Amino acid sequence: MKAFASAFAFAATRLFQALLVMVAILVIAFAVRASLGDPLREIMGQSVPEEERAELRHELGLDAPWPVQLARYLGDAATGDLGTSIIYKRPTVQVVLAKFPASFELVLGASLIVLLLSVPGGVYCAVRPNSLGAKLILGVSVLGISVPVFLTGIFLITVFSVWLGWLPAFGRGETIDLGPWPTGLFALDGLKHLLLPAITLSSIMLPLFIRLVRGAMLDELAHDYVRTARAKGVRPLRVWLVHALRNALLPLVAVGGLQIGTLIAYTLLTETVFQWPGMGFLFLEAVTRSDIPLITTYLVLVGLFFVITNTIVDLVSLALDPRVSLEGAR
Amino acid sequence: MRLALILSVFALLFCGPVVAADGKKLRMAYDADPISLDPHEQLSSATLQLSHLVFDPLVRFRQDLTLEPRLAKTWEQIDERTTRFHLRDDVKFHSGRKMTADDVVWTFERLKRSPDFKALFEPFEGAKAIDDETVDLITKGPYPLVLNLATYIFPMDREFYSGVDERGREKDAVVKHGSSFASENMGGTGPFVVTSREQGIRLKFKRFDGYWDKSSPGNVDEIVLTPIKKPATRVAALLAGDVDFIGPVPPADLKRIRSADCCTVVTIPSTRILTFELNQDRVAAFKDPRVRQAMSYAINREGIAKKIMRGQATAADQLSPVGFAGHDPALTPRHDVAKAKALMNEAGYADGFSVTMIAPNNRYVGDARIAEAIAAMLAKIKIKVDLQTMPKAQYWQRFDERAADIMMIGWQSDTLDSANFYEFLTMTPDKKTGYGQYNAGNYSNPEVDRLTLQTQTMTDAEARAAVLRKIERILYDDAALLPIQWQHLAWAARNNVIIEPVVNVIDMPYLGDLVIE
Repeated sequence: MKAFASAFAFAATRLFQALLVMVAILVIAFAVRASLGDPLREIMGQSVPEEERAELRHELGLDAPWPVQLARYLGDAATGDLGTSIIYKRPTVQVVLAKFPASFELVLGASLIVLLLSVPGGVYCAVRPNSLGAKLILGVSVLGISVPVFLTGIFLITVFSVWLGWLPAFGRGETIDLGPWPTGLFALDGLKHLLLPAITLSSIMLPLFIRLVRGAMLDELAHDYVRTARAKGVRPLRVWLVHALRNALLPLVAVGGLQIGTLIAYTLLTETVFQWPGMGFLFLEAVTRSDIPLITTYLVLVGLFFVITNTIVDLVSLALDPRVSLEGAR
Repeated sequence: MRLALILSVFALLFCGPVVAADGKKLRMAYDADPISLDPHEQLSSATLQLSHLVFDPLVRFRQDLTLEPRLAKTWEQIDERTTRFHLRDDVKFHSGRKMTADDVVWTFERLKRSPDFKALFEPFEGAKAIDDETVDLITKGPYPLVLNLATYIFPMDREFYSGVDERGREKDAVVKHGSSFASENMGGTGPFVVTSREQGIRLKFKRFDGYWDKSSPGNVDEIVLTPIKKPATRVAALLAGDVDFIGPVPPADLKRIRSADCCTVVTIPSTRILTFELNQDRVAAFKDPRVRQAMSYAINREGIAKKIMRGQATAADQLSPVGFAGHDPALTPRHDVAKAKALMNEAGYADGFSVTMIAPNNRYVGDARIAEAIAAMLAKIKIKVDLQTMPKAQYWQRFDERAADIMMIGWQSDTLDSANFYEFLTMTPDKKTGYGQYNAGNYSNPEVDRLTLQTQTMTDAEARAAVLRKIERILYDDAALLPIQWQHLAWAARNNVIIEPVVNVIDMPYLGDLVIE
């Protein structure tokens, strides 16, 4: 009963937090509206008379002061209408959600690469700290973190698409519809298109994660239980992977989960370089073309997404570490 | 090491032959795709590019800006207000229905209802069908640009666009914000039919079997248009063979494509003038013609075209490009810093003054760098420029507020005629008539106003051209504004895609006539 009550309290708190975050985002989004540019410039020819423009501006309600626009928005939102995109001419929620699968698969691909490379890499660097390989891995990873995403992307495209001709230079290729979810994961063409963007995106996180795993492993290896296990004659590989790594994963989940946010921020750049039809590309496009309703909806949805991932991270930490409680997670 | 190993494993897994163009399918990449399929919703190049694929105009421009008959076979002047067009009798819409004069009249009336196009058709009183193959365009007074505007009349299938759709919307409505029947469906006479559209991802076309123009050499059966926003990616996609045709190509990449064996580049000077306006309301010194002339002499236009634009621009000291009636070859770009200093001295500004300048940084090719160069050049005659560059989204708001002393603007004449430049950029601003809407310098010269209005009703082409050239000369002598260059358009294609004959100065490639070897 007590567990149920605290779970309920946890959920309620998180819901409240989510609402707070979204209201804060909305207030900011509407306050800066005026400086986001004039969407009418995008949808009307340059020589169109000023009065035509003024008329449409009034029709769209863009000439009202921002608190009034915010109030109208909230009124519409209550009926489930979050506005119509200027460039896509469809409801903004529909437009953003339609781009979600592409971004999700990109982030998934990048996360897999990070996970598959950072754990063995980090463990190796921790158990053989003085080897040439460890120094090489750490050295290369510094390079990865200091090269801008844009350059990494263009470099990969130049090598693998232009010179070698192995992989496509842009886009998502052909997708297969799984219900409402168009996926590129189950066709060779889709996977080929995914590889370069995923590597590019992962290059941001990989160095950080290798260091994280290495640091956490070094901490664990210094503990008494490791020495005891070794003294008892347990094989080193088992000590590293079963005993030490398991404990080292805890901080990784906590920090790693929060980094998903950073990963989303970098999808903006990666998706633009590769013309990847995801949410990040959509957002940049909306900003350059002053699609104000679309910008607002994107921010609200991403805010919601952050609250959800943080909640999931807390729950996973809970499952991994009995010392963490729902009380504390609140 | 590990990474290298994994990469090579992946490389082995995915190593496969590059898909080559099959000769009849064109994969093209532009910087953006059209946001609507309605030809009358937005007066923009993207809309007109699309219109030339799915519709046909009555007449169209050739590369040298002369007119070519399309759906209209011939035309004649009936009286000073009426132009009669004789239509082809073998033109079918994609629906299979025969195109008649009624469709032209219907389309014309819709144009007059479009918020974006109606100003352009303001001089017209209406259109009248005489019989199935004859239509009259009637203007309110004598009007010299009837044929130029006929390039904007792309007959739409009036039956296809009539009635209501399944969502109860009027099919002929022009809707600027939100969806409409016309923004999602097309019914024209053009060489291509849209087969599928995923906005922002790809737009597919198929050739129309019943296309009237049997003499067209075009052999493209299928077009896939993909937007690729980043220029570097667009170029890489072409070099990698993922697409066959790209545009625009940034000047920095031209050399790289030219030196590659796979591809060719085609460049053409555009008709867009890039100019700076000097706000006389904000800066008293700008009222003095000698100061404006000094500034014009201080600018090294050839240097900008060569260094910043890498030859991809033609230096300009007038508004009208070659091919326009008002173009005067005698008005060559001036550049003489000593003379500029002398003029500043004469005007009493030997010690110079400080001004502000704004320019966009993502609107025109090289925009921010050109503004920086101009600021540096003006510093030589002691005009200290405080320059601020910004994205176009923010820029136009500041421009509309006239928020700086010097402002950059690029202008393309919608009518492909010189008078359009003067009406928008140099006539005295007047809220009521709309003239001088983009004259942010507030330059005002009664003579320019009078002559420009005079050209609007002159139908004698030669006499009219003389007046247009006279205006151009006055603006030059007065240094009314500071024209810099006509930027070049650049496209690139795989060697087997022969784009040269189908591209043009108005950036509307006639892909119906494109040949792929």
